[in-house]
Formats: sequence, C-alpha cells, structure tokens
Amino acid sequence: MQLTNRSKQVADTKMTWLERIYLPGIFKGMMITLSHAFKKAPTIQYPEQKRPIAPLYRGQHVLKRDDAGAERCTACGLCAVACPAEAITMVAEERAKGDEKLYREEKYASSYEINMLRCIFCGLCEEACPKEAIFLTDRIVPSTFQRRDFIYGKDKLVEKMDQRIDVSLRQTNNLAEFKKNTSFAHNKTS
Amino acid sequence: MITQYLFYFLTFVAIFCALLVVFSKNPIYSALFLIVTFFATAGHYFLLNAQFLAAVHIMVYAGAIMVLFIYVIMMLNLNQEIEPHKSSLIKIAATLCGCVLGLVLVAALRETDVVAVSDYTNPGIGLIEKLGNVLFGTYMVPFEISTVLFLSAMVGAVFLSKKTIH
Amino acid sequence: MLSSEILYKIILILAVFAVTLVVAMWSTYAERKVAAVLQDRLGPNRAGPFGILQPMADGLKMFMKEEFIPGQADKQLFVLGPCLAMLTALMTGVVIPWGGDLTIGGHAYKLQITDINIGILYLLGVVSVGVYGIMIGGWSSNNKYSLIGALRASSQMISYEIAMGLALISLIMMTGTLSLGEIVGQQDAGFANIVYQPLGFLIFLICAFAETNRAPFDLPETESELIGGYHTEYSSMKLGFFLFAEYINMFISSALIATLYFGGYNFPFQHSLGLDGNMLSMLQTFVFFCKVFFFIFFYMWVRWTLPRFRYDQLMNLGWKVLIPLAILNLFITGIVLGFRNGFFI
Repeated sequence: MQLTNRSKQVADTKMTWLERIYLPGIFKGMMITLSHAFKKAPTIQYPEQKRPIAPLYRGQHVLKRDDAGAERCTACGLCAVACPAEAITMVAEERAKGDEKLYREEKYASSYEINMLRCIFCGLCEEACPKEAIFLTDRIVPSTFQRRDFIYGKDKLVEKMDQRIDVSLRQTNNLAEFKKNTSFAHNKTS
Repeated sequence: MITQYLFYFLTFVAIFCALLVVFSKNPIYSALFLIVTFFATAGHYFLLNAQFLAAVHIMVYAGAIMVLFIYVIMMLNLNQEIEPHKSSLIKIAATLCGCVLGLVLVAALRETDVVAVSDYTNPGIGLIEKLGNVLFGTYMVPFEISTVLFLSAMVGAVFLSKKTIH
Repeated sequence: MLSSEILYKIILILAVFAVTLVVAMWSTYAERKVAAVLQDRLGPNRAGPFGILQPMADGLKMFMKEEFIPGQADKQLFVLGPCLAMLTALMTGVVIPWGGDLTIGGHAYKLQITDINIGILYLLGVVSVGVYGIMIGGWSSNNKYSLIGALRASSQMISYEIAMGLALISLIMMTGTLSLGEIVGQQDAGFANIVYQPLGFLIFLICAFAETNRAPFDLPETESELIGGYHTEYSSMKLGFFLFAEYINMFISSALIATLYFGGYNFPFQHSLGLDGNMLSMLQTFVFFCKVFFFIFFYMWVRWTLPRFRYDQLMNLGWKVLIPLAILNLFITGIVLGFRNGFFI
C-alpha cells in the first residue's frame, strides 16, 4: 500500500564515480539546507502570540452556577463514573436549611476535586452531566512545581459570579432548543 | 645583551626540564617536560637565527613525535602498582651502564675543538632559502639518500603492521 | 621612533586579541542563529534585540556555574588542558595580515603583528601543538569517555596535519615564499590562489574542518557516543575555555583560508577606486572580515548539513584519499612550475 507519493525506491547498486567522490551530493545537500534559510519559520512565540483556539477546545474545567448564583452540581457522581482516567472525586452532602441560595438541588457536592495530572481532557464528564454543571473551557491548566497543586478543588473549579465563564459556544443547537423548553425543572431559572 | 639573558634562561629551562623528564614518577609528566625541553631547544635555534630549524623542530618533535609518545603512554595505563619490581642487580647494572655512557660522552666532548661560529652575525644564515640551496646543491646526494632511507623505513613499517600473508 | 613602533605593536596585539575574542563570542550566537535559520526556527531572540546579548548571558552562566574537579583527576593537568587549548588557539592570530598599511604621521604601519618569513611553518607548528590541550584535558579527567575523545582528537589531528601540510607545500612551491604578507601581496598582483590551486584549496578546507574538530569531523566530542568527549568532566569556565577555543580556531582558520586562497584583504579593482592609503586600508580590512565571516558561516552551514563521519571513514578519508590527492596535487604543481620555468625544454 502506498500512503504518499514521496516514497523512493532504493537500490543497493554500486555507486558511480561521481557518487563516490560525494562532492555533488554534498553540494546538493548544502543547497537544500540553504534553501531552508529563506523559508519562514513556523514558530509561534507563545506568551506574546497565541495559537487560535477552536471554540470546542477542551481545557480546564468549570463548575457552573445558574443565573441566580446557585451551584448546579448535585453530586450525582455520573461524571466520576464516566471519567476514563478516574480523575474526579467528590463528596455528596444534603443541603441544609437556608442554603437554597447557594445550591440549586437538594443534594450538593461538599467537596469536588479533579486531578489535572490524571485528566486527559476528553470531555466525557461534560457529556455525562445531567445538570449542565461541568464544562470544559478554553483555559489552559497552568504548570506548577508541586503535584498537590494540580488537584483542583471547588475553590478553583466553581465559577465566580463576578467573572462568569461563557460556555455557550460548547452548547449544540439541539441543546439550545431544549433549553427554551421551560416545562422541565432542569431549565427553570431558579 | 638581551640575547645573552635569553640564552641563559632557555638553557636553564632546557636543563631543568630535562632533569625533570628523568626524575618525575609519572610517565605523562616526563613526556610533557620533554616537550618543554624541545621548546627551549627550539628557542636556542631561534637565537642562532635558524628559524626554519626551530619551526621544524617544534612541528616534528613537539607536534608529531611527542603526540605519538603521549598517545602510547595514555593507552598503556601505567600505574605505580603494576610497575614490575626491579632487582638490585639490574639497578647496579643500569648505574654502571649509565656511568660508562657518561664517561664516553665526557671523553668525546673533551676531544672536541670549540669552533667559533664564523657567520654568527649573518642574519640570513639559517633562513629557508639558504638551507634549500645547500640541501639541493652541495648536499644533494646525501639528502636524496636519506629520503630513500625514510621511504624504506615507511615501507618496512607498513609491512610490519600488515598481518602475515599466507 | 622605536618606542612608537613598540606602542603600535602593543595596541595592535591588544586589538587583535579583543577582536578575536569578540568574534568568537558572537560566533556562538551566530552558530545558534544559523542553525535555527537552516532548520526553519527562530533561534535565540529573548536577550536583547534579536537575541544579540545571548553570548553575554551564556558567558555569565558559564562563570556562575560550580567549578568542579573530579576527585581522581590529575589536578594540575586538568587545569592546564583548557589553558593550553586557549593559548594555542590565540597564538595563531599573530601572523595573519588583517589589512593594508596605515599611514599615521608620515609613517606606514602594517596591519599585521609580525610578518615572520616562516609564517606558514609557524602556523603549522602552532596547529600541531594545539592538540596537547585536548589530549591533556582528556587524559587528566580520568574518565574513559574523555580518554577516548582525547585519543581520537590526537590521531585525527596528526592524520589530517599531513594532508594539510602537503596541500600547503604546493601553495608554497607556487608562491615561493613562506611569509603570509608576501602571499597576500602576490594575490594583489595576480589572481587569488584558488584559481591556481583548486584541489589544494579543497584539501586544505577539509583538513581545516578536521583540525578544528568541527562537524562532520567532530568525533572527539560526539555527544551521542562519548557524551562530551574530552570535555565530559569539565564544568564552569574551564568548559567554556574549551568551547571558546573551538570558536577561536574556527575564526582563525577562516582568516587563514581567506588569506591563503582568497586574496586576503585584497579585492578586485581596489586600485581603480581612487582612494587614498588609509581609506583603502580600512576598506580592505572590512573586505577581509567579510570574507572571514563568510567562511565562519560556511563552517556552520556545513555543520548543520552533513552528518558525522564514522571513525574508520575518517581515517580512510585522511590517509587513503586526502594524502594521495595532496601528493598528486604536489606532483601536478611541480610539473606545471617546471614547464613555466623552462626545466623541460
């Protein structure tokens, strides 16, 4: 099977005199390297220039709040089950009286941790979530020096109300259609 | 005046390093001191206006022959431990041989007349043109014969390094 | 009169010393930049504009590193090795003519430290001694990789010195002088020597690559098999000296190639420009440095194009190809000179 047309049939024939003195070959090689001097370097100088990121880029996770500011996650554990890398751990707890403003559902995650060293950013957690609570965003997980710094708790995952993270690009048209249907409890605003 | 000081300096360096060649324990150090001795000797040639001789001396002795010496010494891995113990009989014999050689040298030197260098002030005496003219004029035949000698030595070396031909 | 001459010589020596060091320093930058450009990369560009201050950063790094001498090493020789490498690298610049005469206060000063009449022999002598730095450094490290690197370096340099010397003998036969100043002067009158000695030039070029331990002849320091070769155990500025000596050697040998085969500081139609002495000399020096920089670039260009030789290939090339070719070149030169001088008529 031929994958490309660049493959070259080689033969173990005796070299001709011109080939044996190597000088034409060396000259040819030198010209090839020199020709590369006039090509544009494809380097992207990272901190100043950034590679354009696809709208569906799968980066650091976010735990969404709803418009009123309550956490959407109900600690059902489906994301942890779906995760092929077993990166997600959570502890569920019953919502106390008076915490309705903080948590949308009657059960919530008192602790929710993602190990970013294990995570393979496949996005299966996002797909598994029935509550539209977890999303992958276009943010890159920054590097640190300690392993423990890569275990992200709720302090890093839950979005702040004053700096909300737009995930509308990750929602398909079907989902947008479905969200208009307010008869489902899922889509109620509060 | 300055040449005289240079002469004394170079002589001191040459003799001192030549002694160190003999007295240093480590063969690498011996070889390195021998190189310094060669340089001092080349300096003497320079003082005698024999520039060609000086340059060739450094090139051939310091640059080629001593490199081969050091090459071999490096490969041999000479240590104090593996040096074979020499019996006192051999030591006495060696001392005697050395004394006899010294005697011969002293006797030979005593017999030699010190000839004053006639052309000492001629700046062109050691230059390469003069040397070439002498070598390819007056001493043409001995020079060519010595080249044949070198050639035969080379052939002999190649022959020895080849494996025996069946 | 005499004291002004001595003062001028001292200034010239310091100037050549400084220029050599500066060129060698920025050669390290140029090496990285050329490598990057030939490989479609950008190369160093963070320190200063276009990364031009990179050699400063590298030098600072070298100075700040820990100075380490292995416990089993021979201390004196371990220090002597890089010193010798640096010394022999710097000694060669003495005989190279850097430009024409400068006339200051009615007295002509040569832009050459000394024009000794055995210039080429001096060069060969210094080059042949140059191997000691590497040998001593490699041996005293007490490390088998260093030792193999040192042995390779010495055998390689001895082998290629012969072919280089033979190639130079053809040139000497043709020019009839050993003084570099006169060789350059002759090329002003006629064509550059490359026209008469193309084969000799090729042999000299290849040998110059081998003598400076540059790719494709960098067997003494093959990273892939000998870790670093003779400088495996070296650190800090002692390592810097070894690396620096290589770049100085590269600069000096580029200057030599330009001097011996490409007319030195002369350039075509220089006398029809109508410039007066000092202006012409400065222009000549500029042209000379352009030639030198081209050959430094050529060194790097070759390094990033050709793969390294295998050891037996290296020895085969040296003994079985270059030396016979050099002797053939010598023979042809002799016959042509004989015809020209009317020996065979």
